[in-house]
Amino acid sequence: MNFTLKIWRQRDAKSQGAFETYQVSNISADTSFLEMMDILNNDLIHSGKEPVAFDHDCREGICGMCSMHINGHAHGPSQAVTTCQMYMRKFADGSTIVIEPWRSAAFPVIRDLVVDRSAYDKILQAGGFISVRTNSVPDGNAIPIPKKDADESMDAAACVGCGACAATCKNGSAMLFVAARVSSLAKLPQGRVEGARRAKAMVAKMDELGFGNCTNTGACQAQCPKSISIAHIARLNREFLAAKLQD
Amino acid sequence: MSCFLTNSSVGKKLVMSISGCFLVLFILFHMAMNLTMLFSREGYNAICEFLGANWYALAGTALLAAGVVVHIIYAVILTINNYRARGTQRYAVTVQEKGVAWSSKNMLVLGVVVALGLLLHLVHFWSKMQLVEIMDAHAATVSYEGMDNLEVAPHNGAALMCVIFSKWYNVVLYLIWFAALWFHLTHGVWSMFQSAGFANDTWYPRLKMGANIVATLIFIGFAVVAIMCFLNHETWLAESIVAH
Repeated sequence: MNFTLKIWRQRDAKSQGAFETYQVSNISADTSFLEMMDILNNDLIHSGKEPVAFDHDCREGICGMCSMHINGHAHGPSQAVTTCQMYMRKFADGSTIVIEPWRSAAFPVIRDLVVDRSAYDKILQAGGFISVRTNSVPDGNAIPIPKKDADESMDAAACVGCGACAATCKNGSAMLFVAARVSSLAKLPQGRVEGARRAKAMVAKMDELGFGNCTNTGACQAQCPKSISIAHIARLNREFLAAKLQD
Repeated sequence: MSCFLTNSSVGKKLVMSISGCFLVLFILFHMAMNLTMLFSREGYNAICEFLGANWYALAGTALLAAGVVVHIIYAVILTINNYRARGTQRYAVTVQEKGVAWSSKNMLVLGVVVALGLLLHLVHFWSKMQLVEIMDAHAATVSYEGMDNLEVAPHNGAALMCVIFSKWYNVVLYLIWFAALWFHLTHGVWSMFQSAGFANDTWYPRLKMGANIVATLIFIGFAVVAIMCFLNHETWLAESIVAH
């Protein structure tokens, strides 16, 4: 397969970026999107040009590093997968693919397709944890948890923190990410203890870092590679408002 | 506790939710009141008389105005925040995401159309009814089919409706207004539950269906009165002027 790629190139955070056009040819339909990018970079290096910088790590959809906005979709046109798990057979042979970095005020571009997502780490550090002694593995049956609660918690815990939600949101809101982290702990007895403090601290940090306000469009859940539901946002609203009203 | 409604994103959304809920309840009441017009002009004017410039109607009007002002001010604050959060660089390619309603992404534009309609509505009706009473005047003068100074008493809402909706362009303007309100409510009504935390995956289809039903009822309820006034303005006006 052959493709024309329009890729956002930007030297560093301060420079002005622009789209550059590249051609890739003889790409197998079973090549993953990131492998296709590797092939492009290989060609660029061999012809003495700067390779395209992009984030990647595990390449099996669980680390949340890949972050490209492809043809208007966060993580490309495939539903419920990260960029690394999307294959070139998803695209028509000979088509043009437009690749952009995440666009959100809280995610500044560092270089080409790489953005700074440390804002998400800061939100996590504000309250996305439980304060318990962590040494030997506890007895699995010591704290019984209903199946339904465990399932809901696991659905929320599937969040890889890639930033697609805030990058997709027309308001630059990080609510789906914060909701997933709050919700995954709120449904478990271990997380309940610090529930009120966590919701308040994480929402406060999210607001402080310049993320926008949720207007319930649902664009985030449509683009989330883990299909996390906005029902978790409703739970975050509940957790936060209940905590504030109890103050 | 007092500050989270002004300084946190979730708190601000709760204010939008509660003020919006209050406005929807008022609109439902207003629609029910208007429907009286279809059955009895006299009955409609009796409601107008009840809601004149007495203390309870004035208190109600003040509360309602406060609701509108809060909803608009918070909408502007939230939108400015959101615009900043989106950043200066925008995507070259965007798509309409699956399952995302057009109205949900255009609430501000729809809200502006609704607010403009509201201004027109206040000039058409409120300024000739409650305001006339507040100013201690006897009647407002309006023009109706060649009559340049037809006097309409402040409690004669039925006559005023016939005069306004006798003009086809007013009917069109009001229908545009109702349509914008329909779109605004299809998102707003279910969204108020989400912002207050009362929603989950089981309830989304129910809430969205409920929002569509409420929005459609409101649209039909108002539109039918405007259209019926346009069709029957001569007979209904004669009735309401004589009865008054």
